Amino acid sequence: MSAAKNMSNGQKHSVSIKERLIQQKSLIALVVMIIIVSFLNPNFFTTGNILNILRQTSINAIMAVGMTLVILTAGIDLSVGSVLALCGAIGASLIAAEMPIVLAVGAALGAGALLGAASGIIIAKGKVQAFIATLVSMTMVRGLTLVYTDGRPISTGFTDVADAFAYIGTGYLFGIPVPIWIMAFTFAGAWYLLNHTRLGRYIYALGGNESATRLSGINVDTIKITVYAIAGFLSALSGLIVTSRLSSAQPTAGYGYELDAIAAVVLGGTSLMGGKGTIMGTLLGALIIGFLNNALNLLDVSSYYQMIAKALVILLAVLVDTKSKE
Amino acid sequence: MDELLRLENIEKSFPGVKALDGVNLRVAPGKVMGLVGENGAGKSTLMKVLTGIYKRDAGTLRYLGQECTFSGPRASQEAGISIIHQELNLLPELSIAENIFLGREKVGFLGHIRWKEMYRMADELLAKLGVTRTSRTRLGELGIGEQQMVEIAKALSFESRVIIMDEPTDTLTATETKALFSVIRELRESGHGVVYISHRLKEIFEICDDVTVLRDGQFIGESSVVDITEDALIEMMVGRRLEEQYPRVDVELGAVSLEVKDLTGPRLEGLSFFVREGEILGISGLMGAGRTELMKAIYGAYPKDGGQIFMGGKLLDIKTPGDALHAGIAYISEDRKADGLILGLSVKENMTLTALTEFCSGIGHIDQINERRAADEYIEAFNIRTPSRRQEVGNLSGGNQQKVAIAKGLMDRPKVLILDEPTRGVDVGAKKEIYQLINSFKSEGMSIILISSEMPEILGMSDRIAVMHEGRFCGEFTAQEADQENLMACAIGRARKEAA
Repeated sequence: MSAAKNMSNGQKHSVSIKERLIQQKSLIALVVMIIIVSFLNPNFFTTGNILNILRQTSINAIMAVGMTLVILTAGIDLSVGSVLALCGAIGASLIAAEMPIVLAVGAALGAGALLGAASGIIIAKGKVQAFIATLVSMTMVRGLTLVYTDGRPISTGFTDVADAFAYIGTGYLFGIPVPIWIMAFTFAGAWYLLNHTRLGRYIYALGGNESATRLSGINVDTIKITVYAIAGFLSALSGLIVTSRLSSAQPTAGYGYELDAIAAVVLGGTSLMGGKGTIMGTLLGALIIGFLNNALNLLDVSSYYQMIAKALVILLAVLVDTKSKE
Repeated sequence: MDELLRLENIEKSFPGVKALDGVNLRVAPGKVMGLVGENGAGKSTLMKVLTGIYKRDAGTLRYLGQECTFSGPRASQEAGISIIHQELNLLPELSIAENIFLGREKVGFLGHIRWKEMYRMADELLAKLGVTRTSRTRLGELGIGEQQMVEIAKALSFESRVIIMDEPTDTLTATETKALFSVIRELRESGHGVVYISHRLKEIFEICDDVTVLRDGQFIGESSVVDITEDALIEMMVGRRLEEQYPRVDVELGAVSLEVKDLTGPRLEGLSFFVREGEILGISGLMGAGRTELMKAIYGAYPKDGGQIFMGGKLLDIKTPGDALHAGIAYISEDRKADGLILGLSVKENMTLTALTEFCSGIGHIDQINERRAADEYIEAFNIRTPSRRQEVGNLSGGNQQKVAIAKGLMDRPKVLILDEPTRGVDVGAKKEIYQLINSFKSEGMSIILISSEMPEILGMSDRIAVMHEGRFCGEFTAQEADQENLMACAIGRARKEAA
């Protein structure tokens, strides 16, 4: 056994520097970007701006955690943006009705989990492809949001409950914005889930080979439903942060957010085929997108060009990834 | 002597491994060259170097007397070297003719396909190979054997001079194998050069003129098959002498563990059998006889219409593989890549997957220390050659992958172990190790059901052999009664011997 251990350690060491660099390419890209932009604009690398970026990133990053779990099972969830909007609206209306904050937040999160589970059930039990199933729920939930809000923003109001609710999106804890704490806990939880629990192992197994996982006596359907429920839950969490920050829920909130979440996962090196990827990769992916958005703003790039720049960065990252895997 | 193809001193390295080190191969017209070696010996790599999928680091390739390098499979095929892979590269939804001429359709000047001409040419090729189908048939309707003939027809349509067959009989029935061999003989007669890659040494002696042996990426030797014995060939392949291939152990039989009564399902017609503790029950039969379906039905992975399954006299209700595992029945699939292992996960993660709950606390936290210990124990006990338990299973050789698959099934300590073709695609050395493992489970009183298409294997290992034919049992033999002839007669449905 110790011989085997030595051998594997030896192998680890023999991994060339070049391979190491390729493995850490996302991190390197992020650091290089930060250094370059810091030189171009001195306001970039300041505590205030960094916290600002992290807070803005938290919305996408939290959704991307759910998306990572889903994509690891070789699925996809297009409905996260719609779920964010509906659950934000549910939260806002309950706060406006002065429901106790714990209940209101709980109800919104529960609604998110249920919406996700519904997609999961369609996928697992109905044997519908994840892309189609969540395209349906994306449209359906957006419709429900418009019906629920009547197409108008829902204000959380000016009550004590609303003030307390605003803490989620705007408050600080030990000098760090609350959304950043939420993001950190979400990532820590997902890291633990994927690396130290049975469910996490099953998620990788399912994404790697569904048939073999099924034949290993594992209830594949339950795992699928669970990951979509988690994705829905985390979308609702992001929805609450957005709603809290603006003190109102917008019916069009989260529009197109699913693509940012998928982009973060893919930038983080997770395979869309399932079974391969890490949660820390997704964090880096989300940070790259966040820092890039901010940097382009500070460098006065027009928002039209920003989209083009973002697309090129994602393309580049994916090409590098494909090349390094050859 | 006139040669079609000569590879000399081929070298090829991958990061950290020298896959080929001074390998030679020659192919002469009208000759069949066997290419043998254990898994990982470099056979596939050599073929990939030949067809230009990999670039060789050193060595020469002479084809029709000229030194050349192919830029890829397309180029080598156009030059006249065709490979028929183990996994056929055909499109089931297209017709035979469309498959043969895929990418080279006969077109008129407006770009329309000249169907009549294509079908006629395809039909001619099929007739040459003795296939009685019209080339308009959808490929998916053909059996594996006929599909292989289509691949050969495709190779002929390129006017190939050299045809390489990679484990062609692995999925064929005995009759299909015979048909394939007569085609190979015809190819030989018409002056083609054939490279025949196989694990099955019997076939090498039956069909090849010469044989080239590789081991660990090195060229071990070339010999005419008439000048070499099977034992000598095995010795060249494994570099050591193999004694008794099937080490039989005698174990006192215990009580009946698994009993199946009148099981029916799609293509399963009223099957009853039992197996005792410490017994190896062999299930013999041709491809498609329903052996795998029967076992999967018991395991809860194939639909059942009726019948009862008992374990130690207790009636079971098995709806999912989870139920079967819970009852103490483990099934190890014939197709370890598709149904057995998760190739992207590590050795450890694969081994513990089935029994993961045993390593978990109530909330599902994995006790990684225990898990590692268990994985290391099996790696050592099964002599699995892997740099570490963290190695991805997909990087191991076939034999070691199979051992991981068996360990995965055993981790749950089953009472009944169903092994479906446990040595398919496994090299000679690892095969014997697997047989020894099976025997050690038997000694511990486990009941083993062994499905195998290899006659010597099933004869050598089983205490009792039941033969299936078209979804029924059509005979049962004790180890003493059984021989190749009566098993085969039974399997093809000729003789009928009622189960005792």
